[in-house]
Amino acid sequence: MQDWKPLYDAVLSGDAKAARATTEQAIAAGVDPLTLVHDFMVPAMDEVGRRFECNEYFVPELLISARAMKSCLEIIRPLLTARGDQPVARVAIGTVKGDLHDIGKNLVAAMLEGGGFEVIDLGVNVAPEQFVTAVREKNAQIVAMSALLTTTMPSMKTTIDALKQAGVRGKVKVLIGGAPITQQYADEIGADGYSDNAPAAVALARKNIPAQA
Amino acid sequence: MSDLIARLLAAGPVVTDGAWGTELQARGLATGEFPDGWNLTHADCVAEVAQAYVAAGSRVILTNTFGANRVRLAGHALADQVVEINRRGVQISRRAAADRACVFASLGPSGKMLMTGETTEDELAAAFAEQARAVADGGVDAIVIETMSDLAEAKLALAAAKATGLPVVACMVFDAGKDKDRTMMGATPEQVARELTDAGADVIGANCGVGIERYVPVCRRLKAATDRPVWIKANAGLPAMVNGRIVYQTTPEVFASHVPELVKAGASFIGGCCGTSPAFIRAVKQRLGQ
Repeated sequence: MQDWKPLYDAVLSGDAKAARATTEQAIAAGVDPLTLVHDFMVPAMDEVGRRFECNEYFVPELLISARAMKSCLEIIRPLLTARGDQPVARVAIGTVKGDLHDIGKNLVAAMLEGGGFEVIDLGVNVAPEQFVTAVREKNAQIVAMSALLTTTMPSMKTTIDALKQAGVRGKVKVLIGGAPITQQYADEIGADGYSDNAPAAVALARKNIPAQA
Repeated sequence: MSDLIARLLAAGPVVTDGAWGTELQARGLATGEFPDGWNLTHADCVAEVAQAYVAAGSRVILTNTFGANRVRLAGHALADQVVEINRRGVQISRRAAADRACVFASLGPSGKMLMTGETTEDELAAAFAEQARAVADGGVDAIVIETMSDLAEAKLALAAAKATGLPVVACMVFDAGKDKDRTMMGATPEQVARELTDAGADVIGANCGVGIERYVPVCRRLKAATDRPVWIKANAGLPAMVNGRIVYQTTPEVFASHVPELVKAGASFIGGCCGTSPAFIRAVKQRLGQ
Protein backbone atom coordinates (compact mmCIF):
# COMPACT_ATOMS: atom_id res chain seq x y z
CA MET A 1 0.00 0.00 0.00
CA GLN A 2 1.24 3.42 -0.92
CA ASP A 3 2.12 5.86 1.79
CA TRP A 4 0.10 9.06 1.68
CA LYS A 5 2.31 10.95 4.11
CA PRO A 6 2.86 13.68 1.49
CA LEU A 7 -0.78 14.60 2.17
CA TYR A 8 0.03 15.02 5.88
CA ASP A 9 3.09 17.10 4.99
CA ALA A 10 1.17 19.27 2.53
CA VAL A 11 -1.57 20.11 5.05
CA LEU A 12 0.99 20.74 7.78
CA SER A 13 2.99 23.12 5.60
CA GLY A 14 -0.14 24.68 4.12
CA ASP A 15 0.64 23.70 0.55
CA ALA A 16 -2.90 23.61 -0.84
CA LYS A 17 -1.82 22.70 -4.35
CA ALA A 18 0.16 19.65 -3.26
CA ALA A 19 -2.56 18.65 -0.76
CA ARG A 20 -5.18 18.72 -3.47
CA ALA A 21 -3.03 16.85 -5.98
CA THR A 22 -2.18 14.12 -3.47
CA THR A 23 -5.82 13.78 -2.49
CA GLU A 24 -6.81 13.34 -6.12
CA GLN A 25 -4.09 10.75 -6.67
CA ALA A 26 -5.12 8.79 -3.61
CA ILE A 27 -8.78 8.79 -4.56
CA ALA A 28 -7.86 7.66 -8.08
CA ALA A 29 -5.80 4.86 -6.51
CA GLY A 30 -8.91 3.71 -4.67
CA VAL A 31 -8.11 4.89 -1.14
CA ASP A 32 -11.18 5.39 1.06
CA PRO A 33 -11.68 9.15 1.44
CA LEU A 34 -12.34 8.77 5.17
CA THR A 35 -8.96 7.08 5.58
CA LEU A 36 -7.36 10.15 4.05
CA VAL A 37 -9.22 12.39 6.47
CA HIS A 38 -8.61 10.36 9.61
CA ASP A 39 -5.12 9.03 8.98
CA PHE A 40 -3.47 12.01 7.36
CA MET A 41 -5.44 15.26 7.35
CA VAL A 42 -6.77 15.33 10.91
CA PRO A 43 -3.37 14.29 12.37
CA ALA A 44 -1.79 17.10 10.32
CA MET A 45 -4.27 19.63 11.73
CA ASP A 46 -3.61 18.25 15.23
CA GLU A 47 0.09 18.86 14.67
CA VAL A 48 -0.73 22.38 13.47
CA GLY A 49 -2.55 22.92 16.77
CA ARG A 50 0.36 21.52 18.74
CA ARG A 51 2.81 23.82 16.98
CA PHE A 52 0.48 26.76 17.66
CA GLU A 53 0.50 25.89 21.37
CA CYS A 54 4.33 25.77 21.31
CA ASN A 55 4.66 29.14 19.55
CA GLU A 56 6.10 27.52 16.43
CA TYR A 57 3.00 28.40 14.45
CA PHE A 58 0.96 31.60 14.59
CA VAL A 59 -2.21 32.77 12.90
CA PRO A 60 -0.76 32.95 9.36
CA GLU A 61 0.36 29.30 9.50
CA LEU A 62 -3.02 28.24 10.95
CA LEU A 63 -4.81 29.95 8.11
CA ILE A 64 -2.80 28.43 5.31
CA SER A 65 -3.03 24.92 6.79
CA ALA A 66 -6.78 25.29 7.25
CA ARG A 67 -7.03 26.47 3.67
CA ALA A 68 -5.06 23.43 2.42
CA MET A 69 -7.31 21.12 4.45
CA LYS A 70 -10.40 22.83 3.10
CA SER A 71 -9.30 22.43 -0.50
CA CYS A 72 -8.92 18.67 0.10
CA LEU A 73 -12.30 18.49 1.75
CA GLU A 74 -13.86 20.14 -1.28
CA ILE A 75 -12.87 17.00 -3.19
CA ILE A 76 -13.75 14.57 -0.43
CA ARG A 77 -17.02 16.01 0.89
CA PRO A 78 -19.10 15.25 -2.27
CA LEU A 79 -17.83 11.67 -2.23
CA LEU A 80 -18.88 11.25 1.38
CA THR A 81 -22.25 12.90 0.82
CA ALA A 82 -22.88 10.63 -2.21
CA ARG A 83 -22.50 7.56 -0.05
CA GLY A 84 -24.52 8.99 2.81
CA ASP A 85 -21.75 9.92 5.28
CA GLN A 86 -22.55 12.94 7.45
CA PRO A 87 -20.13 15.69 8.46
CA VAL A 88 -18.73 15.46 11.98
CA ALA A 89 -21.33 17.95 13.18
CA ARG A 90 -22.99 21.18 12.16
CA VAL A 91 -21.88 24.39 13.88
CA ALA A 92 -23.68 27.72 13.76
CA ILE A 93 -21.06 30.38 14.40
CA GLY A 94 -21.33 34.14 14.76
CA THR A 95 -20.09 37.28 16.49
CA VAL A 96 -22.77 38.33 18.96
CA LYS A 97 -25.22 41.17 18.73
CA GLY A 98 -23.65 44.62 18.89
CA ASP A 99 -20.21 43.35 17.94
CA LEU A 100 -18.83 43.74 14.42
CA HIS A 101 -15.46 42.03 14.92
CA ASP A 102 -15.01 39.05 12.67
CA ILE A 103 -11.33 38.13 12.60
CA GLY A 104 -11.45 35.71 15.54
CA LYS A 105 -14.75 34.25 14.44
CA ASN A 106 -13.47 33.72 10.88
CA LEU A 107 -10.35 32.00 12.18
CA VAL A 108 -12.36 29.58 14.29
CA ALA A 109 -14.76 28.95 11.38
CA ALA A 110 -11.83 28.15 9.06
CA MET A 111 -10.30 25.79 11.59
CA LEU A 112 -13.64 24.06 12.22
CA GLU A 113 -14.13 23.53 8.50
CA GLY A 114 -10.60 22.20 8.35
CA GLY A 115 -11.58 19.85 11.16
CA GLY A 116 -14.44 18.36 9.15
CA PHE A 117 -17.32 20.33 10.67
CA GLU A 118 -20.07 21.82 8.57
CA VAL A 119 -20.05 25.51 9.43
CA ILE A 120 -23.02 27.83 9.13
CA ASP A 121 -21.45 31.27 9.35
CA LEU A 122 -24.06 33.73 10.60
CA GLY A 123 -21.65 36.66 10.31
CA VAL A 124 -21.29 39.54 12.77
CA ASN A 125 -23.83 41.39 14.93
CA VAL A 126 -25.89 38.19 15.15
CA ALA A 127 -29.10 38.54 17.13
CA PRO A 128 -30.08 35.77 19.59
CA GLU A 129 -33.07 34.89 17.39
CA GLN A 130 -30.74 34.17 14.46
CA PHE A 131 -28.87 31.60 16.53
CA VAL A 132 -32.20 30.08 17.59
CA THR A 133 -33.31 29.89 13.95
CA ALA A 134 -30.07 28.16 12.93
CA VAL A 135 -30.68 25.54 15.60
CA ARG A 136 -34.35 25.08 14.77
CA GLU A 137 -34.29 25.21 11.00
CA LYS A 138 -30.78 24.14 10.09
CA ASN A 139 -30.28 21.64 12.89
CA ALA A 140 -27.06 23.14 14.14
CA GLN A 141 -25.74 20.90 16.93
CA ILE A 142 -23.23 23.40 18.23
CA VAL A 143 -23.61 27.16 18.67
CA ALA A 144 -20.28 28.98 18.69
CA MET A 145 -20.28 32.64 19.77
CA SER A 146 -17.53 35.24 19.59
CA ALA A 147 -17.21 38.68 21.22
CA LEU A 148 -14.24 41.03 21.19
CA LEU A 149 -15.77 43.73 23.36
CA THR A 150 -16.47 43.60 27.05
CA THR A 151 -19.55 45.62 26.24
CA THR A 152 -20.96 42.94 23.96
CA MET A 153 -20.11 39.91 26.10
CA PRO A 154 -23.54 40.06 27.79
CA SER A 155 -25.12 39.22 24.41
CA MET A 156 -23.75 35.70 24.92
CA LYS A 157 -25.92 35.27 27.97
CA THR A 158 -28.90 36.79 26.17
CA THR A 159 -28.43 34.24 23.39
CA ILE A 160 -28.26 31.32 25.82
CA ASP A 161 -31.45 32.63 27.44
CA ALA A 162 -33.10 32.82 24.01
CA LEU A 163 -32.09 29.22 23.26
CA LYS A 164 -33.65 28.20 26.59
CA GLN A 165 -36.84 30.12 25.92
CA ALA A 166 -37.14 28.53 22.50
CA GLY A 167 -36.83 25.14 24.16
CA VAL A 168 -33.75 24.13 22.19
CA ARG A 169 -30.99 24.67 24.75
CA GLY A 170 -30.90 20.92 25.50
CA LYS A 171 -30.34 20.10 21.83
CA VAL A 172 -27.18 22.14 21.40
CA LYS A 173 -23.82 22.68 22.93
CA VAL A 174 -22.82 26.31 23.37
CA LEU A 175 -19.17 27.26 22.97
CA ILE A 176 -17.79 30.77 23.43
CA GLY A 177 -14.57 32.66 22.84
CA GLY A 178 -13.03 36.07 22.24
CA ALA A 179 -10.40 38.32 23.80
CA PRO A 180 -12.25 39.27 27.00
CA ILE A 181 -13.81 35.83 27.59
CA THR A 182 -12.64 33.59 30.41
CA GLN A 183 -13.58 30.14 31.68
CA GLN A 184 -15.11 31.87 34.66
CA TYR A 185 -17.41 33.84 32.39
CA ALA A 186 -18.36 30.70 30.46
CA ASP A 187 -19.30 29.02 33.74
CA GLU A 188 -21.18 32.06 34.94
CA ILE A 189 -23.47 32.20 31.91
CA GLY A 190 -23.85 28.44 31.58
CA ALA A 191 -21.94 27.86 28.33
CA ASP A 192 -20.70 24.32 27.66
CA GLY A 193 -17.19 25.37 26.85
CA TYR A 194 -14.65 28.11 26.27
CA SER A 195 -11.46 28.22 24.29
CA ASP A 196 -8.85 30.94 24.02
CA ASN A 197 -7.55 29.99 20.58
CA ALA A 198 -8.73 28.58 17.26
CA PRO A 199 -7.07 25.12 17.26
CA ALA A 200 -8.26 24.51 20.82
CA ALA A 201 -11.76 25.51 19.69
CA VAL A 202 -11.75 22.59 17.24
CA ALA A 203 -10.68 20.15 19.96
CA LEU A 204 -13.40 21.61 22.19
CA ALA A 205 -16.02 21.24 19.47
CA ARG A 206 -15.01 17.59 18.96
CA LYS A 207 -15.54 16.97 22.67
CA ASN A 208 -18.92 18.64 22.50
CA ILE A 209 -20.59 16.81 19.64
CA PRO A 210 -24.02 15.97 21.01
CA ALA A 211 -25.10 12.33 20.82
CA GLN A 212 -27.32 11.81 17.77
CA ALA A 213 -30.97 11.97 18.71
CA MET B 1 13.66 63.19 16.37
CA SER B 2 10.89 65.64 15.57
CA ASP B 3 10.93 68.94 17.46
CA LEU B 4 7.61 68.18 19.07
CA ILE B 5 8.69 64.78 20.41
CA ALA B 6 12.00 66.21 21.63
CA ARG B 7 10.23 69.06 23.40
CA LEU B 8 7.78 66.72 25.09
CA LEU B 9 10.50 64.34 26.28
CA ALA B 10 12.70 67.11 27.65
CA ALA B 11 10.69 67.11 30.90
CA GLY B 12 10.97 63.35 31.54
CA PRO B 13 8.47 60.56 30.85
CA VAL B 14 5.30 61.87 29.21
CA VAL B 15 2.01 60.76 30.71
CA THR B 16 -0.61 60.26 28.00
CA ASP B 17 -4.31 59.45 28.44
CA GLY B 18 -6.41 56.39 29.30
CA ALA B 19 -9.38 54.63 27.71
CA TRP B 20 -12.16 56.50 25.94
CA GLY B 21 -14.68 53.77 25.13
CA THR B 22 -15.31 52.77 28.74
CA GLU B 23 -15.51 56.46 29.74
CA LEU B 24 -18.12 57.09 27.05
CA GLN B 25 -20.08 54.08 28.27
CA ALA B 26 -20.15 55.63 31.71
CA ARG B 27 -21.86 58.57 29.97
CA GLY B 28 -24.46 56.45 28.23
CA LEU B 29 -22.83 54.94 25.15
CA ALA B 30 -24.87 51.76 24.62
CA THR B 31 -23.52 48.23 24.37
CA GLY B 32 -22.05 47.78 20.91
CA GLU B 33 -22.77 51.37 19.91
CA PHE B 34 -20.00 52.88 17.77
CA PRO B 35 -18.07 55.39 19.94
CA ASP B 36 -16.71 57.53 17.08
CA GLY B 37 -20.22 58.40 15.92
CA TRP B 38 -20.63 60.35 19.17
CA ASN B 39 -18.30 63.05 17.80
CA LEU B 40 -21.35 64.10 15.76
CA THR B 41 -24.23 63.20 18.04
CA HIS B 42 -22.89 63.60 21.62
CA ALA B 43 -19.96 65.99 21.27
CA ASP B 44 -20.48 67.24 24.86
CA CYS B 45 -19.93 63.79 26.34
CA VAL B 46 -16.83 63.22 24.21
CA ALA B 47 -15.53 66.64 25.31
CA GLU B 48 -16.08 65.66 28.96
CA VAL B 49 -13.80 62.64 28.54
CA ALA B 50 -11.12 64.75 26.84
CA GLN B 51 -11.39 67.40 29.59
CA ALA B 52 -11.21 64.74 32.31
CA TYR B 53 -7.88 63.51 30.96
CA VAL B 54 -6.48 67.02 30.64
CA ALA B 55 -7.60 67.72 34.21
CA ALA B 56 -5.96 64.48 35.38
CA GLY B 57 -2.66 65.73 33.99
CA SER B 58 -2.32 64.02 30.61
CA ARG B 59 0.30 65.87 28.57
CA VAL B 60 -0.88 64.13 25.43
CA ILE B 61 -4.50 63.28 24.76
CA LEU B 62 -5.81 61.28 21.84
CA THR B 63 -8.96 61.74 19.76
CA ASN B 64 -12.17 59.74 19.61
CA THR B 65 -11.34 58.56 16.09
CA PHE B 66 -9.94 55.07 16.69
CA GLY B 67 -12.40 53.35 14.36
CA ALA B 68 -13.04 56.24 12.00
CA ASN B 69 -11.57 54.72 8.87
CA ARG B 70 -13.72 54.04 5.80
CA VAL B 71 -13.49 50.24 6.09
CA ARG B 72 -14.78 50.18 9.65
CA LEU B 73 -17.26 53.01 9.24
CA ALA B 74 -18.85 51.13 6.34
CA GLY B 75 -19.97 48.49 8.85
CA HIS B 76 -21.92 51.20 10.67
CA ALA B 77 -23.31 52.83 7.53
CA LEU B 78 -21.17 55.90 8.23
CA ALA B 79 -18.66 55.63 5.37
CA ASP B 80 -19.76 58.98 3.96
CA GLN B 81 -18.88 60.70 7.26
CA VAL B 82 -15.18 59.81 7.48
CA VAL B 83 -13.95 63.38 7.17
CA GLU B 84 -16.57 64.91 9.44
CA ILE B 85 -16.15 62.37 12.27
CA ASN B 86 -12.37 62.81 12.23
CA ARG B 87 -12.50 66.58 11.93
CA ARG B 88 -14.94 66.86 14.84
CA GLY B 89 -12.91 64.38 16.90
CA VAL B 90 -9.81 66.54 16.53
CA GLN B 91 -11.78 69.70 17.26
CA ILE B 92 -13.19 68.28 20.51
CA SER B 93 -9.78 67.15 21.81
CA ARG B 94 -8.09 70.35 20.66
CA ARG B 95 -10.58 72.53 22.52
CA ALA B 96 -10.22 70.43 25.70
CA ALA B 97 -6.42 70.44 25.49
CA ALA B 98 -6.13 74.19 24.92
CA ASP B 99 -2.48 74.94 25.70
CA ARG B 100 -2.23 72.32 28.44
CA ALA B 101 -1.79 69.17 26.36
CA CYS B 102 -0.86 68.03 22.87
CA VAL B 103 -3.39 66.26 20.69
CA PHE B 104 -2.38 63.05 18.92
CA ALA B 105 -4.97 61.55 16.56
CA SER B 106 -5.89 57.91 17.07
CA LEU B 107 -5.92 55.62 14.03
CA GLY B 108 -6.97 52.02 14.73
CA PRO B 109 -7.03 48.93 12.54
CA SER B 110 -9.55 48.20 9.81
CA GLY B 111 -10.90 45.10 11.53
CA LYS B 112 -10.35 43.10 8.34
CA MET B 113 -7.56 40.70 7.57
CA LEU B 114 -5.26 41.10 4.60
CA MET B 115 -4.13 37.51 4.39
CA THR B 116 -7.61 36.03 4.14
CA GLY B 117 -8.50 38.41 1.33
CA GLU B 118 -11.18 40.20 3.38
CA THR B 119 -9.50 43.43 2.35
CA THR B 120 -6.65 44.50 0.07
CA GLU B 121 -3.53 46.61 0.50
CA ASP B 122 -4.96 49.19 -1.89
CA GLU B 123 -8.21 49.46 0.04
CA LEU B 124 -6.37 49.86 3.36
CA ALA B 125 -3.84 52.35 1.99
CA ALA B 126 -6.67 54.50 0.63
CA ALA B 127 -8.69 54.27 3.85
CA PHE B 128 -5.75 55.23 6.08
CA ALA B 129 -4.69 58.03 3.71
CA GLU B 130 -8.20 59.48 3.84
CA GLN B 131 -8.32 59.36 7.65
CA ALA B 132 -4.76 60.67 8.11
CA ARG B 133 -5.48 63.64 5.82
CA ALA B 134 -8.71 64.37 7.69
CA VAL B 135 -7.03 64.52 11.12
CA ALA B 136 -4.08 66.46 9.73
CA ASP B 137 -6.41 69.01 8.16
CA GLY B 138 -8.23 69.17 11.50
CA GLY B 139 -4.99 70.35 13.11
CA VAL B 140 -3.54 67.54 15.25
CA ASP B 141 0.03 67.61 16.56
CA ALA B 142 0.84 64.01 15.67
CA ILE B 143 -0.76 60.71 14.70
CA VAL B 144 -0.87 57.49 16.75
CA ILE B 145 -1.39 54.21 14.96
CA GLU B 146 -2.58 51.80 17.62
CA THR B 147 -3.92 48.34 18.43
CA MET B 148 -2.45 46.86 15.26
CA SER B 149 -2.12 43.04 15.10
CA ASP B 150 -0.63 42.73 11.63
CA LEU B 151 2.66 44.43 10.73
CA ALA B 152 1.60 44.65 7.09
CA GLU B 153 -1.48 46.69 8.01
CA ALA B 154 0.49 48.78 10.54
CA LYS B 155 2.99 49.70 7.84
CA LEU B 156 0.24 50.75 5.43
CA ALA B 157 -1.21 53.01 8.12
CA LEU B 158 2.25 54.32 8.98
CA ALA B 159 3.00 55.22 5.36
CA ALA B 160 -0.34 57.03 5.09
CA ALA B 161 0.28 58.93 8.34
CA LYS B 162 3.86 59.84 7.36
CA ALA B 163 2.60 61.34 4.13
CA THR B 164 0.93 64.12 6.16
CA GLY B 165 4.35 65.26 7.40
CA LEU B 166 3.28 64.93 11.07
CA PRO B 167 5.25 62.92 13.66
CA VAL B 168 3.89 59.37 13.88
CA VAL B 169 3.69 56.92 16.80
CA ALA B 170 3.22 53.32 15.64
CA CYS B 171 2.16 50.68 18.14
CA MET B 172 0.99 47.13 18.08
CA VAL B 173 -0.70 44.68 20.44
CA PHE B 174 1.36 41.91 21.99
CA ASP B 175 -1.04 39.32 23.38
CA ALA B 176 -0.27 36.04 21.59
CA GLY B 177 1.94 33.07 22.30
CA LYS B 178 2.49 31.48 25.67
CA ASP B 179 4.38 34.46 27.05
CA LYS B 180 1.95 36.93 25.46
CA ASP B 181 4.89 38.65 23.82
CA ARG B 182 3.95 38.20 20.17
CA THR B 183 1.47 39.92 17.92
CA MET B 184 -1.48 37.88 16.71
CA MET B 185 0.46 37.19 13.52
CA GLY B 186 3.49 36.00 15.47
CA ALA B 187 5.84 39.01 15.25
CA THR B 188 8.26 39.56 18.15
CA PRO B 189 8.93 42.96 19.77
CA GLU B 190 12.35 43.00 18.07
CA GLN B 191 10.84 42.40 14.64
CA VAL B 192 8.13 45.02 15.21
CA ALA B 193 10.63 47.61 16.46
CA ARG B 194 13.00 47.04 13.55
CA GLU B 195 10.36 47.05 10.83
CA LEU B 196 8.46 50.08 12.15
CA THR B 197 11.73 51.96 12.68
CA ASP B 198 12.83 51.19 9.13
CA ALA B 199 9.41 52.29 7.90
CA GLY B 200 9.97 55.69 9.49
CA ALA B 201 7.95 55.71 12.74
CA ASP B 202 9.04 58.53 15.09
CA VAL B 203 7.94 56.61 18.19
CA ILE B 204 7.46 52.82 18.54
CA GLY B 205 5.08 51.25 20.98
CA ALA B 206 2.74 48.67 22.41
CA ASN B 207 -0.84 49.14 23.57
CA CYS B 208 -3.81 47.13 24.83
CA GLY B 209 -2.56 43.58 25.55
CA VAL B 210 -3.26 41.53 28.65
CA GLY B 211 -2.07 43.82 31.45
CA ILE B 212 0.68 46.28 32.32
CA GLU B 213 3.07 43.79 33.96
CA ARG B 214 3.38 41.87 30.67
CA TYR B 215 4.39 45.05 28.88
CA VAL B 216 7.50 45.65 31.02
CA PRO B 217 9.57 42.96 29.22
CA VAL B 218 7.94 43.90 25.89
CA CYS B 219 8.98 47.53 26.45
CA ARG B 220 12.54 46.50 27.28
CA ARG B 221 12.79 44.44 24.09
CA LEU B 222 11.29 47.18 21.91
CA LYS B 223 13.72 49.71 23.37
CA ALA B 224 16.72 47.45 22.77
CA ALA B 225 15.81 47.06 19.10
CA THR B 226 15.20 50.70 18.16
CA ASP B 227 16.73 54.15 18.63
CA ARG B 228 13.23 55.69 18.78
CA PRO B 229 11.36 56.60 21.98
CA VAL B 230 8.94 53.92 23.23
CA TRP B 231 5.22 54.45 23.87
CA ILE B 232 3.32 52.08 26.20
CA LYS B 233 -0.44 52.11 26.86
CA ALA B 234 -1.41 48.91 28.63
CA ASN B 235 -4.91 47.95 29.61
CA ALA B 236 -6.11 47.35 33.15
CA GLY B 237 -5.71 43.57 32.96
CA LEU B 238 -8.38 41.27 31.59
CA PRO B 239 -11.95 41.92 32.65
CA ALA B 240 -13.72 39.61 35.06
CA MET B 241 -17.35 39.02 35.94
CA VAL B 242 -18.23 40.15 39.43
CA ASN B 243 -21.85 39.74 40.50
CA GLY B 244 -22.93 39.71 36.88
CA ARG B 245 -21.07 42.91 36.04
CA ILE B 246 -17.94 43.23 33.93
CA VAL B 247 -15.09 44.82 35.82
CA TYR B 248 -11.41 45.36 35.23
CA GLN B 249 -9.71 44.22 38.38
CA THR B 250 -6.48 46.19 38.18
CA THR B 251 -6.84 49.25 40.38
CA PRO B 252 -5.20 52.62 39.55
CA GLU B 253 -2.70 52.03 42.39
CA VAL B 254 -1.69 48.55 41.19
CA PHE B 255 -1.41 49.85 37.63
CA ALA B 256 0.75 52.77 38.73
CA SER B 257 2.97 50.50 40.84
CA HIS B 258 4.35 49.02 37.59
CA VAL B 259 5.16 52.42 36.11
CA PRO B 260 8.68 52.78 37.62
CA GLU B 261 9.61 49.41 36.06
CA LEU B 262 8.24 50.61 32.73
CA VAL B 263 10.33 53.76 32.89
CA LYS B 264 13.37 51.67 33.75
CA ALA B 265 12.58 49.43 30.79
CA GLY B 266 12.80 52.50 28.56
CA ALA B 267 9.25 53.81 28.20
CA SER B 268 9.09 57.52 27.30
CA PHE B 269 5.31 57.81 26.87
CA ILE B 270 3.02 56.09 29.39
CA GLY B 271 -0.75 55.86 29.46
CA GLY B 272 -3.57 53.35 29.68
CA CYS B 273 -5.80 51.38 27.36
CA CYS B 274 -9.09 49.45 27.95
CA GLY B 275 -10.41 49.71 31.50
CA THR B 276 -8.26 52.67 32.54
CA SER B 277 -9.70 56.06 33.48
CA PRO B 278 -8.60 59.55 34.59
CA ALA B 279 -8.01 58.06 38.06
CA PHE B 280 -5.33 55.80 36.53
CA ILE B 281 -3.66 58.79 34.92
CA ARG B 282 -3.64 60.68 38.23
CA ALA B 283 -2.11 57.63 39.94
CA VAL B 284 0.58 57.35 37.25
CA LYS B 285 1.42 61.07 37.54
CA GLN B 286 1.69 60.78 41.31
CA ARG B 287 3.92 57.73 41.06
CA LEU B 288 6.24 59.61 38.73
CA GLY B 289 6.26 62.56 41.10
CA GLN B 290 4.88 64.87 38.43
